[in-house]
Amino acid sequence: MAKISIDGTVIDVSPDATLLQACEEAGAEVPRFCFHERLSVAGNCRMCLVEVKGGPPKPTASCAMAVKDLRPGPNGEPPEVFTKTPMVKKAREGVMEFLLINHPLDCPICDQGGECDLQDQAMAYGVDSSRFAENKRAVEDKYIGPLVKTIMTRCIHCTRCVRFTTEVAGVTDLGLIGRGEDAEITTYLEQAMSSELQGNVIDLCPVGALTSKPYAYKARPWELTKTESVDVMDAVGSAIRIDTRGREVMRVLPRLNEAVNEEWISDKSRFIWDGIKTQRLDRPYVRVGGRFQPASWGEAFAAVKQAMAGKSPDRIGAIAGDLASVEEMFALKTLMGALGVTSIDCRQDGTALDPAFGRASYLFNASIQGIEDADALLIIGSNPRVEAAVLNSRIRKRWRMGAFPIGVIGERTDLTYPATYLGAGPDSLTSLDAAFLDVLKAAKRPMILVGQGALARPDGLAVLSAAAKLAVDVGAIGEGWNGFSVLHTAASRVGGLELGFVPGEGGRDVAGMLSAAGSGGLDVLFLLGADEIDTTALGSSFVVYIGSHGDAGAQRADVILPGAVYAEKSGTYVNTEGRVQVGLRAAFPPGEAREDWAILRALSDVLGHRLPFDSLPALRAALYAARPEFAAIDELLVADASAIEGLAAVGGTPSSAPFASPVRNFYLTNPIARASAIMAECSALASGQAKAAAE
Amino acid sequence: MLSDKDRIFTNIYGRHDWGLDGARRRGSWDGTKAIIEKGRDWIISEMKASGLRGRGGAGFPTGLKWSFMPKESDGRPHYLVVNADESEPGTCKDREILRHDPHHLVEGCLIAGFAMGAHAGYIYVRGEFVREREHLQAAIDQAYEAGLLGANACGSGWDFDLYVHHGAGAYICGEETALLESLEGKKGQPRLKPPFPANVGLYGCPTTVNNVESIAVAPTILRRGGAWFAGLGKPNNTGTKLFCVSGHVNKPATFEEEMGIPFREMIDKHCGGIRGGWDNLLAVIPGGSSVPMVKAESIIDCPMDFDSLRGLGSGLGTAAVIVMDKSTDVIKAIARLSHFYKHESCGQCTPCREGTGWMWRVMERLVTGEAQKREIDMLFQVTKQVEGHTICALGDAAAWPIQGLIKNFRDVIEARIDAHHGAKVMQAAE
Repeated sequence: MAKISIDGTVIDVSPDATLLQACEEAGAEVPRFCFHERLSVAGNCRMCLVEVKGGPPKPTASCAMAVKDLRPGPNGEPPEVFTKTPMVKKAREGVMEFLLINHPLDCPICDQGGECDLQDQAMAYGVDSSRFAENKRAVEDKYIGPLVKTIMTRCIHCTRCVRFTTEVAGVTDLGLIGRGEDAEITTYLEQAMSSELQGNVIDLCPVGALTSKPYAYKARPWELTKTESVDVMDAVGSAIRIDTRGREVMRVLPRLNEAVNEEWISDKSRFIWDGIKTQRLDRPYVRVGGRFQPASWGEAFAAVKQAMAGKSPDRIGAIAGDLASVEEMFALKTLMGALGVTSIDCRQDGTALDPAFGRASYLFNASIQGIEDADALLIIGSNPRVEAAVLNSRIRKRWRMGAFPIGVIGERTDLTYPATYLGAGPDSLTSLDAAFLDVLKAAKRPMILVGQGALARPDGLAVLSAAAKLAVDVGAIGEGWNGFSVLHTAASRVGGLELGFVPGEGGRDVAGMLSAAGSGGLDVLFLLGADEIDTTALGSSFVVYIGSHGDAGAQRADVILPGAVYAEKSGTYVNTEGRVQVGLRAAFPPGEAREDWAILRALSDVLGHRLPFDSLPALRAALYAARPEFAAIDELLVADASAIEGLAAVGGTPSSAPFASPVRNFYLTNPIARASAIMAECSALASGQAKAAAE
Repeated sequence: MLSDKDRIFTNIYGRHDWGLDGARRRGSWDGTKAIIEKGRDWIISEMKASGLRGRGGAGFPTGLKWSFMPKESDGRPHYLVVNADESEPGTCKDREILRHDPHHLVEGCLIAGFAMGAHAGYIYVRGEFVREREHLQAAIDQAYEAGLLGANACGSGWDFDLYVHHGAGAYICGEETALLESLEGKKGQPRLKPPFPANVGLYGCPTTVNNVESIAVAPTILRRGGAWFAGLGKPNNTGTKLFCVSGHVNKPATFEEEMGIPFREMIDKHCGGIRGGWDNLLAVIPGGSSVPMVKAESIIDCPMDFDSLRGLGSGLGTAAVIVMDKSTDVIKAIARLSHFYKHESCGQCTPCREGTGWMWRVMERLVTGEAQKREIDMLFQVTKQVEGHTICALGDAAAWPIQGLIKNFRDVIEARIDAHHGAKVMQAAE
């Protein structure tokens, strides 16, 4: 630790800390535009100037100077920094004036208004009128994709966006061309950015140069109600903030969560919100004579009761979808248990993961933050860039720190970091490349990342076992480190597995239910937002669909019970690491739609097996009583690693079919995304780009 | 007054063979091996004793700079980089070395490289210098052929390779860290300091960046001894220097002269006097476009060296003397320089990017007088807001000429404004 005096207060800071960080530590606020904790230091905005005693008679950029670079006083006094002297004030006012001379005064029509760094800091360092009598600079706006709108005249050239895309997102799409006052930020040929994290440049931009295109002119920040929630677009469980005006979701922004998403979210998480408003199921429907008839809740429940009447429990099944919260799965499981139904499953994709093998067998044991501690990585059957874009940026972050060999078995794709390609299928796993095996063995904390592309297939269990065996062999499981990490793609999946939402004694799994339904062996099937199964294969069985969107499941349903999306309910989700997180309700479901657990509670009454809770707190009390681990909110409960040795012993012979990522289209992985016009545009653009690249 | 025997650059006008044979006849490559054999510490102490101050403009002691390089390599290679991106308006000394006396530089690179533990040197040549680069490359090729460079250079046991890199014509690439960025293949924008190049330079390795002239004089200094060089000129401003005089003199020229020669003597001896006689002298920019101008009466008897010119509120810079007689429109001259800095600003940091354009636009209005007198003070304030607030010195370089103009010729500017507004009033009255 080094001592430093900030405005007369002596504090202890790390010698590697920048003066800016030291000033923050001492409680002195330092304005900045270009500096960002998670990006490299550019030092170009010159707003963070401070006075350093004993240095040259000019102000110093505090973001770029480390505490250790300062010399102590003649008698060993700590170096002195001042943030409030006339020199500093004058310097900052000068820089502010320069920033404003060519910045348009269009705050009234600027979407950044109210949350603009330049606006805020101009209040502190600006003057009331301009001395600049010349013409202001005007810069042509650029097309950089359907998500980010540009008004380049407002740009102050802080280059945060350029540094984000090159450093965090790992694409070289954005850059600064030209020089002097003609410098411009652009995608060079005005092509759309190709990153799945590009929306984050909107948050990073300190002015209104890069704003959200879909959100343009929709709302002002001060009219929005901000609700903390958890993202369900992938299994990462990014912390988000849902902004609503009245009943309407206006936008989604990231929240800070160092352990999960730092402060990034993927474009799907950010721009999904228009999908919440379209294709919604806003009232119950009953299929009469092959056509849907609007119905009341009572009529819909009566139709379900009629279909269930006299049916044997082994001819009934339930499948939970990818976006279901723990609460509604718990309600459905309890109801099915009361009915004696054992055919329940939360694994729509048919993954080989099973709670029977123990918790460690299906969790991302290394933890997302733990990626930064790993020193070698093998990716098996996964494309984390599209399956978990934010987690992929964490892998890239680790790779940028250096000395991080990465191997890939599966599809050969651009992961935004270089990786050694080791093969396409299970053969490459069972007889791993000798050189890379040595790398893993030599590593102190190797990580084996197994994706659903390797597990959601008939030989998934054999592959899982082989991966577990490799993890044990290379020493990925040891004291304080468990590198065996399963990457999920569905937000509900780990919650369902933790809950035991899997077939009970004699029950059928998803594949079993589908084949039974197709051959007349299943009479009633409950789909809790399950749209990713082959709904055309359900034969003549009676399908009850509880969900939010008119997607594949609703189309095949016989009774539709309209539910709520994640923004419209308070729900518990467990992310791929096994971290329990609770999202709060930001809006209300449209029309007669209700929260899913409440629908199940009402239905249970009609079916004569009333669930023992009348409110969400009562439901949670019952849930926590049954499974106390769900009460450990935001904590990471370490799983018993011995499960992986058991898994390794399962054995089996995998086929030779190559692994393929389950996410074929990043933008269209769930019913909400498929209802979103923004996601559709992105998807079309991405496939067009893929075609153009192939040509 | 420099006598011929003390001249370092004996072929500055290209009258003799610039190749290896000619250079050898003039004394280059004589005893290079012996110099290297005297060791690294001897070379650096001799350079320090010579009092040589960097010839690129800032005047930082060269020997001291060399001594900043780590004594022992920590595994990273050391690099010598020579800044031949001579783009300062008015300056034309390095190009004469490159095209007429390149072997001074090549030999200097070997010795300097050895002194700082570098096995590789890069010479970054300005984009516009095509013939200069050709001569330099030819000289390097000749040196390789003669075994003076490469493995076991000069038989000294030291391996040294020298590469020429041709720039693309950006003024900012003459800034030492922007030059390193450009050399690495990146956009030429200055880096933040610290870390300084001596610790983290080219490709993240310890690097010293020197001006062409600083390196080119080193072999002669070491052959004749630091004391010889220190005996020329004045204390703290020792040795000889290439001066480039342009503008309103009868015979503009580049020549080698002792530091501290009085301005009048220098002009009379080498340039045939001021056009129209000494009474016709208006102002002088003594060190390239980046330093403030000085009025005639102040500079006429001023010794041309770092400290004396600093005393006048200006600087020796690159010793590119721009002479202006009374026919000069000084406001327009400085407005032209402002345009140059606006055009060459890299755009990285705010004060320079926004300030150079603002200053130039106000300067253009001052040229026609289409301004208010209060704008003169505003302009001066703006230059102060740029100066010292930027990453590199280009901001300072853009600010100083304007400050020099306002300090020295405020009356001219005001008269111009009066004339403009007065003319308008008369028109209105007609």
